[in-house]
Amino acid sequence: MPLTQEEVFGKVQSVLVDALGVDDDEVTPEAKLVADLGAESIDFLDIVFRLEKAFTIKIDQNELFPESILTDPRYVLDGKVTDDGMAELKRRLPHLDFAPLEQSRQVADFSNLFTVDAIVKFVNDKLPQ
Amino acid sequence: MRWIWIDRILTIDRGKRCVAIKNVSLAEDVVHDHFAADEHRPAWPVFPQSLIVEGMAQTAGVLVGHARDFAHLVVLAKISRAHFHQIARPGLCLRYTAVIDRLDDSGAATKGTVELIDPADPAAAPSPVAEIDLMFSHLDQSRAALLDLPKHNFIFTGQLLELMRQSGLPA
Repeated sequence: MPLTQEEVFGKVQSVLVDALGVDDDEVTPEAKLVADLGAESIDFLDIVFRLEKAFTIKIDQNELFPESILTDPRYVLDGKVTDDGMAELKRRLPHLDFAPLEQSRQVADFSNLFTVDAIVKFVNDKLPQ
Repeated sequence: MRWIWIDRILTIDRGKRCVAIKNVSLAEDVVHDHFAADEHRPAWPVFPQSLIVEGMAQTAGVLVGHARDFAHLVVLAKISRAHFHQIARPGLCLRYTAVIDRLDDSGAATKGTVELIDPADPAAAPSPVAEIDLMFSHLDQSRAALLDLPKHNFIFTGQLLELMRQSGLPA
């Protein structure tokens, strides 16, 4: 039987509590992983490992957090994401809401797109329907 | 400077499990500094828990490196959990067991247990000292260059590989 939205959120919440050492009540849908929950780059790998285990899914390297796009000169110029970069990010990361990045295009703002809700959406897309 | 906090690797099962031991000795300065006598109490030599974490990092690090034939720079990236039950005094033996929880191109997650063996009662069941879960990152050469790290594999040169050889294990 498919998991309910509450069950998916609960498991994601539990993964983030364990991986980031935060409290349950900090892991709200709108919380940003880096700015609000203190995630660092290695934590993303930890989160991927824990999500795979919690949901019995396979997540390929760079699938959830594709760092490689942001180091590619085709997609980033002078610290700003190019039009091609935005198109590639949107193609690769359909679970993210890119509205906050459309204005600034600053690479530094990219991490703020990773909210708890974005992780829930990502997991939902990976789960068998 | 030598930075080896395990004395012997007992078993290595490629990509799965590594077991190592460390004898805690009064000959090590570190136990005298931790904790030295002061005006309130006599000396109380204890093997520091931070070095127990290091011992697990070396046990698990060898396991992770060995799994890919030491081709990657294996860097300790995160202490996911370190839970201690008791202290380790000189004259006792620590046994580290690390198992790979997850391994891929980007890195590895390991789970580990540390137990205490008392040579005064070798038949007794080892008692739990700690559970230590770690994460390692595989740094590729391009990333290492960005971080201005040496080009050679500075993790697996000399000391840890020599320890494997001395333990009678093929690297």
